[in-house]
Amino acid sequence: MTLLKIEDVWKNYHQHSVLRGIDLDVAPHEVVCLIGASGSGKSTLLRCVNLLETVDDGAIYLDGVDITEVGADPDEVRRRIGMVFQSYNLFPHMTVLENITLAPRKVHRVATREADEQARELLDRFGLSDKAGEYPDRLSGGQQQRVAVVRAMATQPRLLLLDEITSALDPALVTEVLSVIRELKETGMTMILATHEMGFARDIADSVCFLDGGVLVERGTPEQIFSAPEHPRTREFLHRVLDSRRMG
Amino acid sequence: MTEGEAAAGRSTGDITAGDIAPGDVAAGQAGDVAAGEDTSVPRVKSERQLRREAELRRRGRRSASIATASTLAAVIVLVVGVTASPGWPRVRETFLSADAFAEAFPDVLRGFVLNIKIFLIAEALVLLLGMLVALVRGLRSPVFFPLRAVAVLYTDIFRGIPVILLVYLVGFGVPALQLQGAPSDPVTLGTVALVLSYGAYVAEVFRSGIESVHPSQRAAARSLALTHGQTMRYVVLPQAVRTVVPPLLNDFASLQKDSALVAVLGPLEALRQAQIHAASSFNYTPYLAAALLFIALTVPMARFTDHLAARTARRRTGGGIA
Repeated sequence: MTLLKIEDVWKNYHQHSVLRGIDLDVAPHEVVCLIGASGSGKSTLLRCVNLLETVDDGAIYLDGVDITEVGADPDEVRRRIGMVFQSYNLFPHMTVLENITLAPRKVHRVATREADEQARELLDRFGLSDKAGEYPDRLSGGQQQRVAVVRAMATQPRLLLLDEITSALDPALVTEVLSVIRELKETGMTMILATHEMGFARDIADSVCFLDGGVLVERGTPEQIFSAPEHPRTREFLHRVLDSRRMG
Repeated sequence: MTEGEAAAGRSTGDITAGDIAPGDVAAGQAGDVAAGEDTSVPRVKSERQLRREAELRRRGRRSASIATASTLAAVIVLVVGVTASPGWPRVRETFLSADAFAEAFPDVLRGFVLNIKIFLIAEALVLLLGMLVALVRGLRSPVFFPLRAVAVLYTDIFRGIPVILLVYLVGFGVPALQLQGAPSDPVTLGTVALVLSYGAYVAEVFRSGIESVHPSQRAAARSLALTHGQTMRYVVLPQAVRTVVPPLLNDFASLQKDSALVAVLGPLEALRQAQIHAASSFNYTPYLAAALLFIALTVPMARFTDHLAARTARRRTGGGIA
């Protein structure tokens, strides 16, 4: 049984194809890492899955239903999918608690008191209980991103999309965000992560996908991809990434 | 080391570990300060810092006295220049007559109350109309195309017509239509004209505010399954309105002055009262009285706008919104 099935998805921007026939199945509780250079189509693929972008060709099935069908209600689809962005995108005029409870209260019609309670429980779990009343600009980048994860989790989505969530962070703050993701994996959350953190991908992923030029070049277990990549383009990419890591 | 020596040591900037009380360190750790030191208490100033601050104060005093001297000189030149002009006695008589001022002021002030009523009502309606037009222009569904077209047409036309012309057109044009139930009261018609004109400006102000909210905020809201309307209501508008408060108040200062244009339709507001007095006494001092009343209102408004703008700027630079 697959939770998400991406079938031959194409996405074009002005004569330029960003996604060129992507196929990808995600099983429940699976953690899939998308790796690849900037511009390889990782973010676009994630944005297509929660319909922030419309696909030009192909189909995406969530729980067996085609969500790319013309006339499908995107809001209904997004209610089942959570997303976390590279630049956190917290709402600056709302406190941490308000950020988290907005969707439960307004979209899922949960009573304010109940939503607050659930939010506080989540904050507690991720070590942010003292930040409930703070405004986002009073928090560090790592704290903001953890709040963004909590916000995405507050509506209990079936699937969580994480778009390079550590790329804007100070190296010292990356760990605290990644440990949150690790904890989510333990709860059985299904996740697709676009990431530049190769070590983390190797550590947490059930399967790793290498994207290059809008094509899914290779998919395999972390061992396969990082230890014995089959495709020369995968090998070349990993070499480049690991070289630059050594120089930095 | 005596106490005196210890104090001297501090003033030269020797800070030893003993200067930070253990309690301070504990407080620093309890808070979220990365370095683990209490940063809330400033260090004892060194001689270098004291010397710098003294020099800055000296320079500050110097530029203050230069500013005073040059202002004084400018005022003297202006006063002498004006009062020495050949027409001065005549001007003083016709524009600065204390008697005429005292005689006209109560009536002008009474008229001014009407100005206040007009612009208070107009401001509320302008906000409503402007917001409505801005929101309509932001609708994307093809169903709303006609509404969107009307909104664009409205802003284009009413921003293009001089306010005084619009006051004439509405003030004399609407009653001429002889429509059942259409207002014929000049104050109402004048207010309508002001609302139509300023609504178009304020709609553009709101629209620029809405567009200033970063697209990533919308993406985040939509990804949480908020509808377009909810995204606007809870995420975009609260941020947009905060951004546009200073330019909005600027437009309101302008609207306050333009409430005098309703005078052309005949209601007895401040300018009209001044006109009546001026016409009967051949003295223009009543106009000065009206001008002073308008200034008394717009100047505090302008300062308030400056204050808000400065506060926003401080937040921008200090807060660093992601």
